[in-house]
Amino acid sequence: MLLLALDTSAAATVALLLDDDVVGRFGSGDTRSHAEVLAPAVQRVLADADVSGSDLDAVIAGVGPGPFTGLRAGLVTARTLSFVWGVPLHGVMSLDALAFEAVAAGAVGGTDFLVGTDARRGEVYWASYRSSGAAVPELLEGPHVGAAGTLPRGLPLVGRAASLYPADVVAVPAFATADPDAVSLGRAAHARLVARQPLLDTTPLYLRESDARVPGPRKRATA
Amino acid sequence: MITQPLVLGIESSCDETGVGIVRGTELLTNTVSSSMDEHVRFGGVIPEIASRAHLEAFVPTLQAALDDAGVTLADLDAIAVTAGPGLSGALMVGVSAAKALAVATGTPLYAINHLVAHVGVGILGGTFPDGLPSNLGALLVSGGHTEILRVGDLAHDVELLGSTIDDAAGEAYDKTARILGLGYPGGPAIDRLARDGDPTAIRFPRGLSQPKYMGTAEAPGPHRYDWSFSGLKTAVARSVEQYETAGLELPVADIAASFQEAVVDIITSKAVLACREHGITNLLLGGGVAANRRLRELTAERCAAAGITLTVPAPALCTDNGAMVAALGAQIVMRGAQPSGIAFGTDPSLPVTTIALPRS
Ligand SMILES: [Zn+2]
Repeated sequence: MLLLALDTSAAATVALLLDDDVVGRFGSGDTRSHAEVLAPAVQRVLADADVSGSDLDAVIAGVGPGPFTGLRAGLVTARTLSFVWGVPLHGVMSLDALAFEAVAAGAVGGTDFLVGTDARRGEVYWASYRSSGAAVPELLEGPHVGAAGTLPRGLPLVGRAASLYPADVVAVPAFATADPDAVSLGRAAHARLVARQPLLDTTPLYLRESDARVPGPRKRATA
Repeated sequence: MITQPLVLGIESSCDETGVGIVRGTELLTNTVSSSMDEHVRFGGVIPEIASRAHLEAFVPTLQAALDDAGVTLADLDAIAVTAGPGLSGALMVGVSAAKALAVATGTPLYAINHLVAHVGVGILGGTFPDGLPSNLGALLVSGGHTEILRVGDLAHDVELLGSTIDDAAGEAYDKTARILGLGYPGGPAIDRLARDGDPTAIRFPRGLSQPKYMGTAEAPGPHRYDWSFSGLKTAVARSVEQYETAGLELPVADIAASFQEAVVDIITSKAVLACREHGITNLLLGGGVAANRRLRELTAERCAAAGITLTVPAPALCTDNGAMVAALGAQIVMRGAQPSGIAFGTDPSLPVTTIALPRS
């Protein structure tokens, strides 16, 4: 199964996977240039592997949660590629990618755990999972956005939130600075497809409303 | 070189998701999805809401445009996209989509200037049957911008003569409509009400019209062809307050008419002045506010008096749309310019002198 995965919930990342094997990958160093780097990365990853878009079995997109602008760049890219190539498109919750990777690495064996990423503004995106021995951990709750201090207590946490808020959460050390990434996203999607589990559509998980306020009734004209 | 290139244009700089397709100077489709209804309760365009709407609208709008034009992606010679100026987050959706389209189809991509595209639309739909005339200027008035341009050559010689230094004219309409308790968008509401009002009832200020800003033709002041609308909005608010404090009924129609007269008077007088002092004898009026009855009327009147030929494209070509992006893209392709590649970034304040981004 040949999958092209894109996750832009943190950095802009692209991966080409043949089943679980990584054929090509790209990860940008920063989180603010998704619209610049994503398409060139897709082009290069495919060209290096001598793969054309119509050879793919599916395009996989991380649907967040993540900062809105970068997230949208990834989703509109994935939707457009899928549309042009005529290949199936699936969404995967970006926190699922980290949960899958932590279980695969044996870092959270046999316990319930949290995944938490940087939501900026002093908050984290988080979800809780159960590792029951299957390849795909079970999502118990979330995703949510909130202050690190409001997360369930005592559960080990996978993801960058552990290094941002060490006083509030119990870190899984090997994953304390980990962000969602297209490689783990693609592997999580592959595991689900093999297990015939449903995937998501590509509706973005913003979790926050736009900051817009409906203007209140006018009291004084110059107010 | 391709003489009649098939070009698909993508526009997402504000609240319209536009996909247009042209063959040379022939318009094949101008498909637009607007998020305007979602902004009504806020009384103005909310960038995050516009960006969310672009994401949801893009692929359906693309599909609709291809169906309407009766062409396939494989037929395209080039893709053009607005790289700026505009709302940053909104631009990024269109640019990301355009790049994905370019990668997936292997079609060259041109990153182009939204303001110049408003002029480029003039080559479509019989607006200028013999092509763009010489000595051309463009007055662009919308909710996002207010500019007067000199257009020597669409592909490589465009100069900004003047622009608003604060609010766009359309924004001033929206804010004033809010003060008067009218709906959004403010332009049509005020224009409608103004018909029943006295435009001379209240003398609202004409921004940047004092001699210290204007100077003379020989020694131009710092804002000879620039506009400012923020003081006007404040003046309207103060006027409303005076009526309210005095317990008088608000003469809404008179205020609307007087406000509109102030906006339209200063826009047209400065635009015509810029034309006369730069040898412009043909003026294109574009942007969403080009639909305004009084703006069209007074622009026509003053252009006629100054010997300037005024042209106003069809309303659907004046508001933000993908066809104008495709039209300018086609002109650039026909002049043999190199594509912009797929590594460029958006530029929310792209100057009009950058008509197409060079390969980065
Ligand atoms: Zn515009």
